[in-house]
Amino acid sequence: MGENTVTHSAAFVRTETLPQLEPPATQRGIVKWMHENLFSTIPNGILTLLAIWVIYMVLSAALPWILGGVWTTSSLAECREVLDGATGACFSVLTERWNQLMFGFVYPADQYWRPTLAFVLLFVAAAPVMFFDLPRKLLIFTALYPFVAFYLIWGGTIFVPILALVGVVGGIMVYRKLVQGSFAMGFFGGLVAAVLIWAIGGMLIPEGASENAALQAVPSRDLGGFMLNMMLGVVCVSLSIPLGIALALGRQSSMPLIKWICVIFIEFIRGVPLITLLFVASVMLAYLFPPGTTTDLFLRVVIMITMFSAAYIAEVIRGGLAALPKGQYEAADSLGLDYAQAMRLIILPQALKISIPGIVNIAVGLFKDTTLVSVISMFDVVGMIRGPLSAATEWNGIYWELYGFAALLFFVVCYGISQYSQWLERRLATDHR
Amino acid sequence: MKKTVFFGALAVAGLSAAAAAAGTLDDVKARGTLNCGVTTGLVGFAAPDANGVWEGFDVGVCRAVAAAVLGDATAVEFIPTTGKTRFTALASGEIDMLARNTTWTFSRDVDLKFEFVGINYYDGQGFLAPKALGVTSAKDLDGATVCVQTGTTTELNLADFFRSNNISYEPVPIETNAEGQQQYLAGACDTYTTDASGLAATRATFENPGDHVLLPEIISKEPLGPLVRHGDNDWGDVVRWTLNALITAEELGVTSANIEELAAAPTNNPEINRLLGTAGELGGMLGLEPNWAMMAIKAGGNYGELFEKNIGENTPIGLARGLNAMWTEGGLIYSPPFR
Repeated sequence: MGENTVTHSAAFVRTETLPQLEPPATQRGIVKWMHENLFSTIPNGILTLLAIWVIYMVLSAALPWILGGVWTTSSLAECREVLDGATGACFSVLTERWNQLMFGFVYPADQYWRPTLAFVLLFVAAAPVMFFDLPRKLLIFTALYPFVAFYLIWGGTIFVPILALVGVVGGIMVYRKLVQGSFAMGFFGGLVAAVLIWAIGGMLIPEGASENAALQAVPSRDLGGFMLNMMLGVVCVSLSIPLGIALALGRQSSMPLIKWICVIFIEFIRGVPLITLLFVASVMLAYLFPPGTTTDLFLRVVIMITMFSAAYIAEVIRGGLAALPKGQYEAADSLGLDYAQAMRLIILPQALKISIPGIVNIAVGLFKDTTLVSVISMFDVVGMIRGPLSAATEWNGIYWELYGFAALLFFVVCYGISQYSQWLERRLATDHR
Repeated sequence: MKKTVFFGALAVAGLSAAAAAAGTLDDVKARGTLNCGVTTGLVGFAAPDANGVWEGFDVGVCRAVAAAVLGDATAVEFIPTTGKTRFTALASGEIDMLARNTTWTFSRDVDLKFEFVGINYYDGQGFLAPKALGVTSAKDLDGATVCVQTGTTTELNLADFFRSNNISYEPVPIETNAEGQQQYLAGACDTYTTDASGLAATRATFENPGDHVLLPEIISKEPLGPLVRHGDNDWGDVVRWTLNALITAEELGVTSANIEELAAAPTNNPEINRLLGTAGELGGMLGLEPNWAMMAIKAGGNYGELFEKNIGENTPIGLARGLNAMWTEGGLIYSPPFR
């Protein structure tokens, strides 16, 4: 008896499975995908065709313009000569004025390596803060970075950043000594110590020390370009987060004085447009100081932007604090933790985690707001485009290339920040959803 | 002992008071640089080049003043100002003078407490139209659509002009000059109106500038000039007469090419001699070196040379002298005599 017999007696029984057939053409591959995603119903189909048409229109206009771009001429007129009527962008303005777009037009050309180095080191310094799996020892460099970056960008005598560093270290040491007594005593003691060290040290720095310094001194007025946006963005974000946390906690404080100071500060700053604050910084303060003793314009702008974003961040964090169940506060109390410990160990880690999207939102907005300084005649990248570049005889009449470039720069940075925050949220996700 | 300390303190107080009251001229000399307010960028009038060196017609005035006072045309700290920050920068003492295509008006001179020391460019509102439109005069623009910036005196001047000529027009409101260029090129309006120098600069950026014409009518007065603070007349005199020296130099034919030769020894023309300091002591009266005017003229050339180099007919901006020709050639540029 072989298989054949069985086959004969029961003609419709198969003993072996048929080889698998492909699914029907409409149920597989690209056709299925298109059917499901693009043409599932007639209105969807129409919308798809419409979208394809729009994309085609945009790309057919933009791609020849971008790909046919001219990169090496020295003026708009030459660009037009080279193009000779063909469609094409004049990207030469970017290559010819690259350094001005990056560093402003007054930063000494032979010193461009300094801000570039500071920019590279920024990633080294930011890494251990942003990716906490890295060795903790790297934080030492992060702590030193502000002083290194200051020295690199502004130059001048090396005593200034060293003195600043000594002051901070002295302040922290005094704080550590006194904080056992009470937090307030430690805080103010540290502050007084730091200010004392700066005041005394300031007198010791010889007059004119900056003139023959190893790194040529560059006044703030000479900073510009995208470097200025990066500096304002990084400095103001990193200052406004701690300030914002302090304000948010202060607003919840049970001590009326602190509470009301914080409330008034937040509500006032949030109620005033940033551009008004910038005008105050650039114009009004010049009247208030006696001539010749004005604080640095860069510093004034940093203070204003920091205050502005700190007020917003404070409100975001307050939202995070409010979202925590009351049980968390009570749990902290029941463990016998004092206020600082409860905040540091239980409340803030959870509240900050909730607040991450909001804080990132504000950081991105703040970074883009740094372009507002162009209205108070500081030459950030937009200021460079609006002023010197569009007024240059050889480049007057170019808009798309320059503003497109600025948009691209900001997009790259802001998209990076947003991707990082999404990674951070996933990394910190401890709940099981 | 106590008395000495007292007198010492008094002397110090007196000295510092004197220092505080010292004029801008002394401040500039002590500082070694001139703080000159300019625009953040206007084609032909002030803009930094690829190396960051400021160039332009207004910049030339700053450099001439620096050369006259300090003997060095490069001893200028250019402070870029916007339309909003320019007057506070001058009033607060952040800048010593402002050379920023600023129109001399009554209220700026009187109410804002500034002093316009002269006029270095007579501007006025004009019209730009495509050649294809076939108009040769703004009075032919009956029924035309006109691109005009809203909320400016330009808009009011336009309305006045059309009403007084009894012709009609249709305004197309725009916000900025860049938008105006785009709208005009896109054919949204028959003609575009703003300051004539701006129109010329705008036309220079077109792909085919020859297809567009500036109509001959100028319908408003926009005298632009450098200004200083009220109340410091010595400094005002320095800036005023530096500008006048540039103008007089053109009138007398003193150029950056022949100035060395003319200044080497007294010439037959006594006014040239007084101007260049080979005779008389006009420089001393201003508190400057005898060769102050020579330095100022050498810095960038006389008025005509500055004009030709930065905004004249051989530049992409291509402005004709027009009202800004010498008075001897039918223009308005005129300097009081150096005597």
